[in-house]
Amino acid sequence: MADNAAVAGNGNYVDFYNYKGKYSGIAGWLLSVDHKRIGLMYLYSMVTFFLIGMTLGFFMRLELWSTGQDIMGPQTYNALFTLHGIIMIFLVIIPGIPAGFGNFFLPIQIGAEDVSFPKLNLTSWYLYTIGGLMAVVSLFVGGGPIDTGWTFYAPYSIRTGTEVILPLLAAFILGFSSILTGLNFVTTVHRLRAPGMSFFKMPLFVWSLYSTAWIQIIGTPVIGITIILVMLERAFGIGVFDPALGGDPILFQHLFWIYSHPAVYIMILPAMGVVSEIIPTFCRKTIFGYGAIAMSSLAIAFVGTLVWGHHMFTSGMSDEARWIYSFLTFIVALPSGVKIFNWVATMHKASIKPETPFLFVMAFIFLFSIGGLTGLVLGSLATDVHLHDTYFVVAHFHYVMFGGTIFIFFAGLHYWFPKMFGRMYNSKIANTALALMVVGFNMLYFTFFILGYLGMPRRYYDYLPEFQDLHRFATVGSWVMILGIIIMIVNLIVALRKGDKAPANPWGGMTLEWTVPSPPPLTNFTKIPTVKYGPYEYEHYEEVVNNEH
Amino acid sequence: MSTNATHTAAESHDAHVHVHRDDYGAKMGMWLFLFTELLLFGGLFILYMAYRVEYIQQFQIAAKELKVYMGGVNTIILLTSSLTMVLSIVALQRKNVQASIFWLVTTIVFALGFMVVKYFEWSDKFHHGIYPKGPGLMDKSQGEIIFFGLYYTMTGLHGLHVIIGVGLLTAMLIQIKRNKVRPDRFVPLENAGLYWHLVDLIWIFLFPLFYLLH
Amino acid sequence: MSDISNTHNAHTDDGRIAHAHDPSYGINIMIWLILISLTVITVAVAGIDLGNFTLFVAMLVAAVKSTFVINYFMHIKFDDAIFKIFLILVILVLFVVFVLTGFDVFYR
Repeated sequence: MADNAAVAGNGNYVDFYNYKGKYSGIAGWLLSVDHKRIGLMYLYSMVTFFLIGMTLGFFMRLELWSTGQDIMGPQTYNALFTLHGIIMIFLVIIPGIPAGFGNFFLPIQIGAEDVSFPKLNLTSWYLYTIGGLMAVVSLFVGGGPIDTGWTFYAPYSIRTGTEVILPLLAAFILGFSSILTGLNFVTTVHRLRAPGMSFFKMPLFVWSLYSTAWIQIIGTPVIGITIILVMLERAFGIGVFDPALGGDPILFQHLFWIYSHPAVYIMILPAMGVVSEIIPTFCRKTIFGYGAIAMSSLAIAFVGTLVWGHHMFTSGMSDEARWIYSFLTFIVALPSGVKIFNWVATMHKASIKPETPFLFVMAFIFLFSIGGLTGLVLGSLATDVHLHDTYFVVAHFHYVMFGGTIFIFFAGLHYWFPKMFGRMYNSKIANTALALMVVGFNMLYFTFFILGYLGMPRRYYDYLPEFQDLHRFATVGSWVMILGIIIMIVNLIVALRKGDKAPANPWGGMTLEWTVPSPPPLTNFTKIPTVKYGPYEYEHYEEVVNNEH
Repeated sequence: MSTNATHTAAESHDAHVHVHRDDYGAKMGMWLFLFTELLLFGGLFILYMAYRVEYIQQFQIAAKELKVYMGGVNTIILLTSSLTMVLSIVALQRKNVQASIFWLVTTIVFALGFMVVKYFEWSDKFHHGIYPKGPGLMDKSQGEIIFFGLYYTMTGLHGLHVIIGVGLLTAMLIQIKRNKVRPDRFVPLENAGLYWHLVDLIWIFLFPLFYLLH
Repeated sequence: MSDISNTHNAHTDDGRIAHAHDPSYGINIMIWLILISLTVITVAVAGIDLGNFTLFVAMLVAAVKSTFVINYFMHIKFDDAIFKIFLILVILVLFVVFVLTGFDVFYR
């Protein structure tokens, strides 16, 4: 570790950007099996896809500016919300934090040089890219853009005249990529931890990635087979889900949600892991309830696998199934609550440094709490019947997915930006952008709660005149939010080119990535460290960060 | 695990051995992959359970179309190929490369034999018009259509896994001949074997569920 | 895989190079004989009408057969505890998923 400190101190090393491998230039990236380069390639792809998905959402809001047809017809609107969903879910949120930040930081945080299967890791990225490209290509072939919604419910997905097979194949390939990343991470955590790093000395981000990886391994194959079945049914008329052939479409929903509900924990758990990194760093304090937070990740992963039926309360399931799923749904609130309370307890009496990443986390806790609490409303059978398929649901999952995962994706971007790129950004502009985003976000999505409560159904390109004012308010909110996002991204791009050089440890973090230089060298560590203390034991800060063992 | 282009030139050679070879990790990765296969088929078995509850009688009628002896022969072929697969691994571990190759080839031959039986079975059904949208099938009740829908997807997907298995085992054969897989480095063969046993494992359940309904 | 731990200190280093666990032909041939016999038994039993127990018996025999395959052919019996824990965990999740789906399809 002393070597690492020396390198971190004088900057006399070759970082992974400037390292000359077998290939150089663009091939040096596209053929690189270095987990950091792969992580960055994921991040670039995701930010791009996020901007595309955001643009689609922008146009949907424009269409809803007034009643009747404004800028697009109903069929286009159907295609738009389907694509918005597919892009945001399958291309941004699910791979977002694990494949992007996970790839970059999981090996460094456990003191490893790379993941267990570097070539497989690159393969995952290629599958991801191929899947993404296929989703885009599918817009222009066959019967045109898919209009089933991102859930592909049978029997409509079997019968619609739009192109379904190609986007489904894209989703299948993306799932494959996700599985391979998951098994890579589980093996890496089991095999490549540095000497002394027991499971309970792992950073909480690693714990959350580990839990997530398990859901990826156990859940994703189920949607894989569901997708294959729909493709086969469309292509060959095999009787599986089609009621005309005796099939049961509710079973499609079961199989779909057996994956897709755990998938929301694939989306949120890594975000919770990032939060558990950022809070102790900016509180300069040991995290409260390390074991509880680590175990709650596993608990969420396990219980989260059992509650898929709450998406189907109005689909025609048996009553027994409905109350069982409702009951199990409430149980998930427990480990989620454990996390929130432990985070807040960590901040208690801490000397907090309110830097940008920490402010993002504050926004997250606020938005995610609203999302979580409204989730209880939807998890109760009686209220769900009223609110199902209304804007209330749309509002709920945007608070959880966007206010939860994407805000933390941005938080992670600001937290690890100096480490990844070796530059600092302008935090005043970043904070302004965040303020705009939070204000716009609430204008947009809180209005959705009201609209949904009043009975506005989701996925309609038109609405009754009495909803117009609320819709306009929400649309204005979308502009404010998009402005914030653009400012944030421009700020980071400027920082990439003109930002000040970042020190090895700008925030005073204690996990291993802060003991190596920014940006890290190719093999992360000149010498594999020996771990003595837990990840947030600030009483040993000097010893760990200055590496004077 | 891999020969890693950007890493080979890196300064510390010792450290790279860690990344390059981890037999235990390779095996763990393989098992994790097998779990995904288990869940993939698990989804199909869930469908089977639900539809069997819904269409008890029709399933029994439909199952009479399948020939027990064909399924039985294929079960024995697959079980035996599992044995020869194990024997190939044991032979390699005992440093008997020639025997290992012999048993591996036997396994591949059995796998192909399975596919040949499967081919005759399917073409017999097709001959009677029992295929998706086929005239022989559309005359039947909905429960029977679903039965054959599941039959074709489940045995079809299983067959696809057999074909992939043949590819994997052939790759192993080449690796052994090239001395890449050898007595002191047998884990790739072991992993291929794990995959092959999973194919067998799935069939152990498919056989009674489709052929032995009365 | 414990016999090689002497070469490395940290526990995560174990098993980097695998060593065979007393490979033997005999036990595997025995297992194969058992599996074949069980197959013959299932086919024979299938001829007898056991009513609702038919499926149960068939699944039981299949489960016994797969236990042999997993333990011996797939070697899990001789592998580290972590592999057994993983496997049990996955089978447990699969089982629970079956049960929960069952609450819908059996009670509808």
